[in-house]
Amino acid sequence: MNIVVCGKVIPASSVTIEIDPNTKRMRRKGVPHELDPAAASAVEEGLRLIEKHGGTVTLVTMGISDATIGIRNALAMGVASAVHVLDDAVAGSDTLGTAKILAAAIKKQPFDLVLCATESSDSYSGIVPGQIAHFLGVAPMTFAKEISIDGNVIIVKRQSENGYDLIESSLPLLVAVSSGINEPRYPQLKGIMAAKKKEIKVYTSADLGLSADQVGEKGAREKVLTVARPPKRQAGKVVIDEGEGGKQIANFLAEIKVI
Amino acid sequence: MTDVIWVYAELSDDKVTTTSLEMLAKAAEIGKAEAVLLGPGPEEAAETLAKYGASKIYRSTDPIYRDYLTLPAAETVAGLIHTHKPAVMLFASSYSGRDLVASLSASFDCGAISDVGDFELKGSGVHATIPALGGSYQNTSTLTGDGTKLLLVRPKSFEPKMKEQSLSIEQVPAVLDDRLRKLRVKERVTVKREGPQLEGAKTIVSGGRGLKGEENFAILKDLAKLLDGAVGATRAAVDAGWVPYSMQVGQTGKTVKPDLYIACGISGAVQHLSGMKSSKTIISINKDADAPIFQYSDFGVIGDVFKIIPQLIDELKKRKGMQ
Repeated sequence: MNIVVCGKVIPASSVTIEIDPNTKRMRRKGVPHELDPAAASAVEEGLRLIEKHGGTVTLVTMGISDATIGIRNALAMGVASAVHVLDDAVAGSDTLGTAKILAAAIKKQPFDLVLCATESSDSYSGIVPGQIAHFLGVAPMTFAKEISIDGNVIIVKRQSENGYDLIESSLPLLVAVSSGINEPRYPQLKGIMAAKKKEIKVYTSADLGLSADQVGEKGAREKVLTVARPPKRQAGKVVIDEGEGGKQIANFLAEIKVI
Repeated sequence: MTDVIWVYAELSDDKVTTTSLEMLAKAAEIGKAEAVLLGPGPEEAAETLAKYGASKIYRSTDPIYRDYLTLPAAETVAGLIHTHKPAVMLFASSYSGRDLVASLSASFDCGAISDVGDFELKGSGVHATIPALGGSYQNTSTLTGDGTKLLLVRPKSFEPKMKEQSLSIEQVPAVLDDRLRKLRVKERVTVKREGPQLEGAKTIVSGGRGLKGEENFAILKDLAKLLDGAVGATRAAVDAGWVPYSMQVGQTGKTVKPDLYIACGISGAVQHLSGMKSSKTIISINKDADAPIFQYSDFGVIGDVFKIIPQLIDELKKRKGMQ
């Protein structure tokens, strides 16, 4: 089985992400990066499926050169090879542009199943997986909490408002996994060493047959008009607990007349 | 000419969801509100939509929309948009809302705006306000192109308002194409929920990773009970399997706006903040003085939740004369 995992490498969780008021984009350059934990779950799920059913996992990502560290991490986890769309022309892409680029890169790989996170941990739009599925011509199966495959039949336990649904479908398919579907493995030394020799194919949008007016800021249907800081919440009082913390909260609750 | 604004209405437990009614209120305030309602459901559902401002309801009760995910609904809505060309169509940031917007925005090649907190019409365009990065930014976005603008709206962005319209239903023929029967719903499982629910709770006591385990949520329940509130949790606590998903507050969980939110052992990740930062009063307890949650708190205590909460519980009992 050929599995393509589509995942993002994002500023590390220790970084407070800022938006550049001039470009109106997140500041990504020069900050430490990591494989998005949500993408790591998709990688882990792909690896578990091929351990059971055989096959290979390929990672497809788009990002600046700082993304390499996250790609290496996925390779060290056990992904066979990676595709990196690295191109200044794609900067400023909206969700739709991003999906077009990723779908074009995925199409260059053989695939039975495409796995991605439900949403990235930096921008959270949550619609890119469904858009990719459309451009690939496969059905989108989102919010997966559990995946089982038997031959060509795939059954997914999908999160719902009141519990979960069991959805049956067939391959090829795109499945977006929920966070918490698994606990991603830590790369072992052997994997880290092996990752150094694995291939990272680098594509530009032109390599993918996309013209400049389809990607990046030019191709974006969504235009960010203004970026501003909302009025700050009135700074509250923060105290260090010196043995009276619980009582102090009770006093505060009395002050605001909750008790 | 009045702009026509469509709302994709959803049902949960055979009732129109609150977010559907919230979106209708906004649509009716700035234009002519109409709704699309697909799938089997009680007659009252359409009546509810009319009562809350829908001057017309595009309706199909065909079971295909219940028994197959996304594709039949996307095909039907695409056809309706193509014929009627509303100025804007609103979808809730729900499971089906996101799937439909993803599908429609790609098939019309028109894009979409996610996470919309508010919007206004400007000429033939739309200006949407998005609380980005957990609300640490307030951005405005627009969509280029002439077609229907697709917006995914955050729950609790608007207040539902009664605005009685005469019931006008236009029956929509169901799609038949077998290609659309690709995601079959084999079974729907409802997970029983216990205790007071987050929806509508005036007080919410939530726990995060700092709670360290399932068993420690018991003290949050005790605290919530004393304050007549409900217990919530972060995604980290839900992912760890300590508490069920129905308790999750945040971007992928519930958006809540209680009078009082007590965050216990919660650092304040963007994912969580977006679901609770509009609470009227926020109290937080965390051992890390640098935790972002303190920046959003009206009152914060830096310290050990396992010492502070029991003391708070004792104190509340004393003041209520229970001890």
